[in-house]
Formats: sequence, C-alpha cells, structure tokens
Amino acid sequence: MGNKPAVFTHEQLEAYQDCTFFTRKEIMRLFYRYQDLAPQLVPLDYTSSPDVKVPYELISSMPELKDNPFRQRIAQVFSEDGDGHMTLNNFLDMFSVMSEMAPRDLKAYYAFKIYDFNDDDYICAWDLEQTVTKLTRGELSAEEVSLVCEKVLDEADADHDGRLSLDDFQHVILRAPDFLSTFHIRI
Amino acid sequence: MAQPPAFVFNILETPEDQGQDPSPYDESEVHDSFHQLIQEQSQRAAEEGLELRVLPQREPGPETLGASGSGHQALLGPEGVPDYSTATLRILASMPSRTIGRSRGAILSQYYNRTVRLRRRGSRPPLGGVGRSARPSLRLYDLELDPTAFQEEEKRTLLVKELQGLTVAQRDHMLRGMPLSLAEKRSLREESWTQSGKQRGPQGRRGLLPCCSRLRYACGLALHSLGLALLSALQALTPWRYALKQIGGQFGSSVLSYFLFLKTLLAFNALLLLPLLAFIVGVQAAFPPAPADSVPTFTGLELLTGGGRFSHSVMYYGYYSNTTLNQLCGPPLDGSQCTPEAGGLPYNMPLAYLFTMGMSFFITCITLVYSMSRSFGESYRVGSTSGVHAITVFCSWDYKVTQKWPSRLQQDNIRTQLKELLAEWQLQQGPRSVWGRLRQVAILGFVWLLCLGTTLGCTLAVYAFSELMIKNPVSAEREWELLALPLVVCLLNLGAPYLYRGLAALERHDSPILEVYVAICRNLILKMVILGILCYHWLGRRVGALKGQCWENFVGQELYRLMVMDFVFTLLDTLFGELVWRFISEKQRKKRGKPEFDIARNVLELIYGQTLTWLGVLFSPLLPAMQIVKLLVLFYVKKMSLMANCRAPRRPWLASHMSTVFVSLLCFPSFLGAAIFLCYAIWQVRPSSICGPFRTLDTMYEAGKVWVRHLEKAGPRVSWLPWIHRYLVENTFPIYLVSALLLAVIYLNIQVVKGQRKVICLLKEQISNEGEDKIFLINKLHSVYEGKERSRVGRAQEAEMPPTLPADERDAR
Repeated sequence: MGNKPAVFTHEQLEAYQDCTFFTRKEIMRLFYRYQDLAPQLVPLDYTSSPDVKVPYELISSMPELKDNPFRQRIAQVFSEDGDGHMTLNNFLDMFSVMSEMAPRDLKAYYAFKIYDFNDDDYICAWDLEQTVTKLTRGELSAEEVSLVCEKVLDEADADHDGRLSLDDFQHVILRAPDFLSTFHIRI
Repeated sequence: MAQPPAFVFNILETPEDQGQDPSPYDESEVHDSFHQLIQEQSQRAAEEGLELRVLPQREPGPETLGASGSGHQALLGPEGVPDYSTATLRILASMPSRTIGRSRGAILSQYYNRTVRLRRRGSRPPLGGVGRSARPSLRLYDLELDPTAFQEEEKRTLLVKELQGLTVAQRDHMLRGMPLSLAEKRSLREESWTQSGKQRGPQGRRGLLPCCSRLRYACGLALHSLGLALLSALQALTPWRYALKQIGGQFGSSVLSYFLFLKTLLAFNALLLLPLLAFIVGVQAAFPPAPADSVPTFTGLELLTGGGRFSHSVMYYGYYSNTTLNQLCGPPLDGSQCTPEAGGLPYNMPLAYLFTMGMSFFITCITLVYSMSRSFGESYRVGSTSGVHAITVFCSWDYKVTQKWPSRLQQDNIRTQLKELLAEWQLQQGPRSVWGRLRQVAILGFVWLLCLGTTLGCTLAVYAFSELMIKNPVSAEREWELLALPLVVCLLNLGAPYLYRGLAALERHDSPILEVYVAICRNLILKMVILGILCYHWLGRRVGALKGQCWENFVGQELYRLMVMDFVFTLLDTLFGELVWRFISEKQRKKRGKPEFDIARNVLELIYGQTLTWLGVLFSPLLPAMQIVKLLVLFYVKKMSLMANCRAPRRPWLASHMSTVFVSLLCFPSFLGAAIFLCYAIWQVRPSSICGPFRTLDTMYEAGKVWVRHLEKAGPRVSWLPWIHRYLVENTFPIYLVSALLLAVIYLNIQVVKGQRKVICLLKEQISNEGEDKIFLINKLHSVYEGKERSRVGRAQEAEMPPTLPADERDAR
C-alpha cells in the first residue's frame, strides 16, 4: 500500500461513508467497478473531484443491470440530467439505494420514480402499461395489458383521480412483505 | 434533478365573483347544492372527455406552455389536453402533492419537519411513522403572505440549522435516508459540519460523545452484517433453489407450491429426527443390550417387510432396554440402591424414551402452529383483500436476477401469474339462473353421496381384511404374506381418487380453486378414515391378539410396510401413470395433449406419508430417517416426470393461499390424529411384557410417575417438581383455567381485528371523498378563471366596438 496514490482524500471517504449505506471497503470496490466500465475515461485519482460521466451504454452493460428490463429507467432516475449518463456520485447513490440496508421509504420513493415513465410525479395508466409490457416482455395481448392496468388502478388509486400518487404507491408497498428483498441489487 | 420553478400564487378577487355562487358560509344551501354541483361538474367533465391530467410545467410562463404542452403530449397519450387556463395550471403545479418528487424545496422542508420533531423528541423517530406525513403541510405554503419568503435557500438553511442540533449518528441516519442526490447530501453534511463550530480535523471528531455513538452504531452495523451473512449462508444451504425457480417459471406457482410443501416436510422430519437420534438411538447404539438368542440372517425381504434382521436393531421399540444404562454397579449390599462408580453417567432409558418422544412431538407441534399462523398472517391482511394486481406489478420483479435465462424465466413467471389473476377475475363475471343453480346443487349432492359411499366401502374392505389377517396368523416362513394388508390399503388409496376424479367431471365448478379444494377434501376423508380403522385394528385388536409377543414391534413393522408400499406405488404411479398417459395422448394426437400435474392428489400423498411417519415414530424411532430418504428421492422423480410428461395447468389459477391450506391440513387432521394416537398409546395401552423400555410397567406413562415418586423420596431440594406434577399435571383444574384464558384471548383478538377493519373502511371512504372534493375545487377554479377570461375578452371587444361603427360609411364608399 506504500507507493499507490490514494484515490480519495480522507474527507471524501468519510463523506461517502456518512451519506451512503456502504463501508469504506465497499466504496473502494464500487469505485473500481465504476472505473472498470470506462478505464480510459475515469481517472484513478478522484481527489480533485473531476467531472466525469460514464455514458449510459456502458452502465447498462454491467452484469447487474444487463438483463433488467428497467435498466434504462434506473439509469435515468439516478443520473444527473435524467439522460442515463452517470457520475461516480450517481453510481454510488444508485447502489446505495438498491442495497439491502436502505429503508423501505427510500426504496419506495425511488421505485415510484422508476415506474413513472413520463416524469410527471404520477403513475398514470400509460406508465402502468409500459411497466406491465416490460415485465412480461410484451407477451401479453394489448387487451390483457389494459385489463391489468385497470385492475391496478382500481386497487391502488384511493382518491379516484385515475392515477397513482406517491402516497398510493407507498400504501401498496406497505402491503407487500417482500418488497425489501426484491428491490435489491447485490453488488 | 430539474431546477424547481418559482411559483407565484395570486388570487385576484373581482366584484363579479361574489354573489354568483353560494358561498361556503351559507351552510344549509351549500349542503344541498354540493351534491348537485358535483354531479354537474362530473357530467361536464365526462362530456368533454376531461380526465384529470395536467401538463407538467417546466416553466411557468404562458408563452412556453404551448411548447412544453406539445412536447409532452406525445408522452401523455392520445387523450386531448384539458383546456385549463395558465393561472389554474400554475396553481395546480404548486399543489403540495405535486411538488414532492420534483421540488428539492419540498423535500428539504419535509426533512426540516422531521429533524425538528426529532430534536424535540430527543430520540430517533420510527421510519414507518414519519413516512405517513410525507406531504409538507399547508402551513409552509402561506397563501396570504409573499411566498418568496420560503424560497429554497431559506428552507435549506433551516434544515442545515436543524441538522446541527442532532448527534452524529442521528445526522448520518437522517442524511442517508433522504431522497436527494449524493452531491447534495455531501454539501448538506459539509455545511452542517462547518457551521457547528466543531473542529473539522479527525481529532475533533474522536471526542467522547461522538465516539460512543459511533461505537454503538458500529456495533449495530456489525450485528446487522452478521445477521445478513448468516441469512445468506442459510439461503446457500437450502437446496434446489434453481430447480424450484425453473419449475415455477415453466409451470406456474400452483405446481411450485407442491414442491415447496415437499421441502417444508423435509425440514419437519429433520427437526423430528434430531432429538431422537441424539437421545434415544445414539445412546442405545452405544450401549447395546444383551444379544437375543437367535438372530435371523439378513435376506432381501427385510427391506420390504421390516421384520427379520431389522427386528433386532435400533430400528424398533423392542430393542430398547428398560434399565438405566451406563450404570456400573457393584453387587448390591442388603438390597439397597445401586451406586454408580466414578466416571459413569447413568442414563435412564425408559424415562429418556418417554421424554424424548414427548419433547419431539411438542417441538413439532409448536413449529407447525407457528408456520401455519405465519403463512396465514402473510396471506391474509386486515382490510386488504384486494391489491394483488398492484403488488404483482410493482413488487414482484426481483432485481437480483442477473443473467439472461433466469431473467426470462422470471418474466415468464410474472406473465403466468398475471394471466392467472385475470383468469380468476373473469371467471367471477358470469351470472346464472336459479334453475341452473338448483341443478348444480342437486348434482353436487349426488356426487358427494357417491364419494362418501365409496369411502365407506373401502373402509369396510380394509376392516374385513384386517380381521381376516388376525384370524389367519402368518407363519415365519411366509413373511411376504404380511405385505397383503398394506397392498390392499395402497390399492384402495390409488384407485379411489381416480374414481373421485371421474365423478368430479360430472360437476362443473366456477373456480378451479374450489375444484381442487373439494378434491382434496374427498381424498383426505378417505385416507383419514382408512388410517383410523387401521389404528383401531392395531391398538384395539392386535394388542389382544399378540399377547405374550412384542406387539409394539409388530405395529412398528406394519407402519414401515405401509410406508414402503406407499413409496413403491407412488413411484409406479408417477412413472407409469404420467408416462403411459403421455404416450396414449401422443398416439391419438388429441387436442388435450400431455396430462396435467394433479396437485391435490400429490399433496395428499405427501400428507398421508407424513401421517404414517408421525403415527409410527413411537414404535420405530428411525422412521423419520426413512421418510427423509423417501422425500429426497420423490423430489427428483417428480421433477423429472413433470418436466418430461406434464404441461402447465389448463386453467391457470392462483396458488397464493395454497401453502397456508397445505400446512393447515398437515396440522389439523394429520398431526392432531397422530398426537391423539400417541397419547392413547402412552396413557391407556398396556405395553408388552417381554420387550421395550416399558416392559414392567402398566402404562408407558408410569415411567414418568415412577420418576416423580423417586424425586419425592430424594429430598426437599427438588420437592417443587413433584408438587408441579401433582397439582398442575394430574389435577384437571389448571387445564380448564388455561383453556378459558385462551378462549378469552382469541375472542378479544377477533374483536380487535373487526374494529381495525371498520377503521380502514372509514379511512378509504374519507380518501375517496377528499379526491372528489379536489376534483370539484379544481373545476370550480377553472370555471372562475374562465369566467374572468371571458369577461376580459368581452370588455376588450367592447372597447374595440366604437371604431367599427363608421364601418357602414366605409361600406357605403
């Protein structure tokens, strides 16, 4: 460990530890994963906090996200400008929220944003159709998809305005005992 | 994240507004007109095809509305954009419910509230409790004052100030849970650190108070990691994870529930076997009794009949000694007690046998009841009878799946699950006439009569055959004749369900779940009645018939034979039944194709096998080991046959409550019956006098009584144990008291649940009413602004009118 230059300053590591659910070792491991995605782009010295973004195509080629039908939405939700290109902060944030120690409310908040495809702070019928299509790889007929969306709105929409707000969504999540274990990416 | 827009909220009051509509102060008028107004508004909305979808605003200016509106129209869908005025839209965009996700300011104020509450209470708020108040209160959006006072920077400084008042651990906890980006969290943290006046160097933060809280948090984190590591290790130990996933993806959750139930039974048997191995079998194997006179040689028939060589092994009750083991006595002086020599640990075998049997049954009972109540609690929640579609759509995708093939399996799984849900819902739609219903009931009654008649016939056949076996005892050379009774029982158990399935084709049930439950019920009645007759045959008739011989060994061997025959018949049925069916259907090229996996019959077979194990464990302590081997082989055979010969259920149905039903069936008829059999055998039946650990006693329970009397003589130090025995176990009053208390607790719980359900209904109604109010107010607001707009346009037109008066002069030219 002698001559190897430090990736982060001491203060940076402390800040990351305090603001995410990871330990020092896990943060370093995540950094090296991030660096592996684009070795030419990402410098090995982050003490000066360079402004580096890894493009979405490389992020979505990660084995943890490669086969996830929602990988585009995940990258969009956690990226700086909503375009899927992620800085190291976004990367750490994403895996911190998807780790097993994140509380239910935090996960529910981000899950809501992921399933809100048109970013209008409500999950409307169109958002639901997109979700169901992605979940079933397009193998349900259009009629079945719209039936499912109708049933979901019937069940979850408490104030009958035709779409789900964050409160409605959190109410659904409370009733699902295994949400914490399914909304979890292991890295 | 986008920059939050600056919201300007002006209510312009013009004199034309007053007096047109009933004001909220005229309460009596308002009550009547509300309903009317709501109806009018909803009618108008329906006519114009209005849905409450407002364009998301990126900037408040009216000139950019058109651009953003057209930009988002493609995303929103084919419905027409509601024609709200820009002022209405501005107000809607600043609604508290709308600003949660978008505005950082809203999040900051929300967490400001939380930290204030935290500081006042001085302890960590429960996360679940605070989550309910996610919407910032209207107080923060002061409608009368200038809203620029509560700009984002103000909220931020307020939050930073509050964060400084917390301890380090609480601050970290709060920061981690905030739904802000990491960069913002870091800057918040830095600001709260620098302004707090503490030293920023590493020495300052190693002060006493932060050190302790940091240590405490580190301990908590370490324990948490340890628990997680243990859990993941346990998960790695559970076998067949991929096989189960494969089965679930290809055949649906209903077929998967059978295999999960098999896994549960494996766990129960392992739990039962461990104390038996440790306290009975192991000890007796270490201290074998004096060998019997003539031990027969091993022939292959023992594997089927369980007799012969196996009779003189740890496998059966008769092998166990009735003395205290490892007690090396000197010759007794004057008939006094035997004193153990140094180094020996005396082990009272009869007592150990009795207590271990009782303890393992007790542990099994507790585990069964616990798992039944837990699966019941997971499948039924108060007030949420619906919600399964929403949960399937939002919570069922497992983000841990990282490879292509498992991911596709999961998508297939979810697709099948959604199809099952839709199928169940559609089946509830069709109405029926009275005549059709009567006919249905008549057919149902007739089929039930036939099935019960079949059951009675089978029972009589078993009884007659068992009496025949008593009348013609089997000699030692023709041991294979002992297999006759198990053979008859297995044949009846095999044939009758096919008959029931044929009869069930006559009736037509609405839901496939009901069909399965009815089939399970009929098969269960058959099996339990046959087992009941056999129990009477053993404890009632065989004990008398086998006087002078070791009847417990005989009963143990009978149960062994039953288990082996059951296993053989299951294998034959699986291999031939499904295989032959597949060949037949392939040859005939029928539309029906491969056979379906009959879940009811297979589950009943598992429960039957487990009942046999529980019945026989008193007389043959190694029976659970046999059952474990049998279940392992059965898993692979069934899986192989399923993949090769069967297809997914024709009418997909939901299996969410099946595991609860299976465990309940395991508990109530199966375990309860075995426990009753055990209690009767221990308390009422006289053990045989030539073999086993209770050979000199009147009942098996007397071993315990003997020990208690021994304790009474031992001295005053252990007098509490005989006291407990005399006043709590042998006296009946405590039992009545405990039962009455239990009944009272159950009744109270039922009332509490009823009350909770009522409260949930009321709250749901309230939310729905609030939603209607909201729609009404928005439409009212829109009409107010529209009216103003129209009047403004009207006034502008009036102002233009005089210049057009001389137009007729122009026309005249």
